[in-house]
Amino acid sequence: MSGATLFGLCGAALVGLGLYGLICQPGALRKILAFNLIGSGVFLLFGAIARRGGGILSVTQAGAGTGIDGDPVPQALVITGLVVAFAATAIAVALVVRLAETSGRSTLDAEAPSPPASPGERAP
Amino acid sequence: MIEPHVPLATLAADVLDLGGLLLTIPLMLPVVGLLLGLILGGRVLGRFVLALMLVGLAAALAIAAAVLTDGVPLHYDLGAWAPPLGVTLKADGLSAVMLLTSAVVLLGVGVYAQRGFAVPRGAPETRTSLAFWLLLMGVWAGLNAAFLGQDLFTLFVALELLTFSAVPLVSLDGRPETIAAALRYLLFALLGSVLYLLGAVLFYGTYGTLDIALLAAWIAGAEAVPTPVLAAAVLMTVGLLAKTALFPLHLWLPPAHSGAPPAASAILSALVVKASFFLILRIWLDLMPGLLSLPGVQVLGIMGAGAILFGNLVALRQARLKLLIAYSTVAQIGYLFLMFPLAADPATGALTGGMVQVVAHACAKASMFMGAGLIAYALGHDRIRDLAGIGRALPITVLAFALAGWSLFGLQPSGGYLVKTLLGSAAEATGQWWWGLVMDAGGLLTAAYLVWVLAHSLAGPSRPLALRERPGLAQELVVLGLALCALLLGTLPPAAFGLIEIGHPGGGTAVAAALADPWAWNKLWAGIGPVLAVAALVLGLRAWGQREAAATTQSWPTGLARGLGRALDRSDGVLRQWPVAGLSLLMLILLLAGTLRVWV
Repeated sequence: MSGATLFGLCGAALVGLGLYGLICQPGALRKILAFNLIGSGVFLLFGAIARRGGGILSVTQAGAGTGIDGDPVPQALVITGLVVAFAATAIAVALVVRLAETSGRSTLDAEAPSPPASPGERAP
Repeated sequence: MIEPHVPLATLAADVLDLGGLLLTIPLMLPVVGLLLGLILGGRVLGRFVLALMLVGLAAALAIAAAVLTDGVPLHYDLGAWAPPLGVTLKADGLSAVMLLTSAVVLLGVGVYAQRGFAVPRGAPETRTSLAFWLLLMGVWAGLNAAFLGQDLFTLFVALELLTFSAVPLVSLDGRPETIAAALRYLLFALLGSVLYLLGAVLFYGTYGTLDIALLAAWIAGAEAVPTPVLAAAVLMTVGLLAKTALFPLHLWLPPAHSGAPPAASAILSALVVKASFFLILRIWLDLMPGLLSLPGVQVLGIMGAGAILFGNLVALRQARLKLLIAYSTVAQIGYLFLMFPLAADPATGALTGGMVQVVAHACAKASMFMGAGLIAYALGHDRIRDLAGIGRALPITVLAFALAGWSLFGLQPSGGYLVKTLLGSAAEATGQWWWGLVMDAGGLLTAAYLVWVLAHSLAGPSRPLALRERPGLAQELVVLGLALCALLLGTLPPAAFGLIEIGHPGGGTAVAAALADPWAWNKLWAGIGPVLAVAALVLGLRAWGQREAAATTQSWPTGLARGLGRALDRSDGVLRQWPVAGLSLLMLILLLAGTLRVWV
């Protein structure tokens, strides 16, 4: 197994773990952490692609860093992606903190179902 | 002596001569405004943003004019670096239409929000006011970047900028329920964006570039679509669907759009969800047009049909006006996705139908949300049952609501009429009659809830109505103006619709046929007849419901109606639970990948 494959598999595992957490964990903070896990998995995958050189199918002219070992383009993109993920996490944590301060809860699914309509109120 | 119009004409010609450089103006304006806004502070920011938006509208008009006169898309390579190393901006007809629509709606919202987010003279500056205007410019920057970007990663950054600006708009008032709605929106949108990013990574890994034109050339040249590319397209599509809130992924939309301040709701509903839809359009139309002719595309159409039927039915069940409008957005998003199964052959004109729906819905829904905001502001609540008398108190607003509804339902000469005609004829031409059926059913349900709201607002109040405060005339006129935009869209000359086809030609004859003779008796009757029938039914049911409510015993039709309604509420509640929505998203990925894979 080559290094790139190993990193790719690790990235896939991180994405899977993160997806599980994001969908199944009720706590908002855990969801945020799970989102970061998925993000890390994607960045790891991108790093592995950079090591291998992007564009396996375009060996002639298309890619920016085609054929170079250690393609620099994905690295630049990963850094941007990290900044975006960091900003997302900051906003999400700020919202969770504010939610906990104002209402004392930090989960998403506590939302009460909308009250059933009283009879004759609307066209059925 | 020089005539005054000559320098103006030369100035306009000079602006058009800028060519690709024009495309940088819509990107720079909001970003410059954001930076200057921090220095200027909230007190003058509102008027400053309004001035910027006027310039933005002029730039959007100039771009549309340049695209229309040249007949080819505008290009601009940033720093003169061509792809794959550089990043390209491109404005084709679709971009020009979106830029123009967002400029108009933003300008309307900018005027409307002057009053709500102004800092009174002598009062201390509020954080809400500063935040609103800065976030508005953030949304503006994200929208323009999404409409002009031609690089999958640039588009990702644009989407994130858009999401990060839109989410805090939801929770501007700081109530716990709006903060929860914002958090829900943010987390689901993040799930969508990380899927999108994963798709972009797979594209890069396969072809070594993220430029849409280069990728499209590679994919078109390949014998079979490579598996990673197919997986990437599916992941990106579903990620963007989560951000667009297409049924059954609509869990975040109703609380977020109904809880936000009215000016923000208008932006969110009219423009923000359209940006992610626009990227789906880019993927399916520009990047991989081959996918459109596969049976797998029916999945998108089926979800759109589900959105139309389910969203409209649940809208009918809402007791609050803003929630009703939010569910109507869920339904109207569905119409956008009906175009995908119909657009394989450009001659059907389905693309024009879809784009007109984007524009018509943006104007109509912005008007409706802002109108609902005025009503809630005047009454102190937005319970539909207690709207009696508002028609007399705020006639302009209620008239605007009716006109916007006119377009949503799709009567002549509105944009909605054009959408129904174009998509309907495309469905007929491709032998997919069932989409026409869905649109008819959706139209009847739309008419039902519009009549329901109007019947309540036009009813006489049981006691004199005490308004908390009168809304400003400018606000009412903006609401009316946007509704008129939606209503008069269908009266534009056919050349204006030619703008949509620049870069995606072929639908001209279908559009001309749809535009022809909208006032023929049979067409007029086909639109008005159902509305009258539905109105009679709704009004009859209302009277019957009032009598039933007074009676002590319950008759079986009432029981049945109640039971159905409750079942509907419950199924919406289940679908909008987080784990259910997450699982639907995963299932959707598998379904879409499976259906596309089988036939590739």
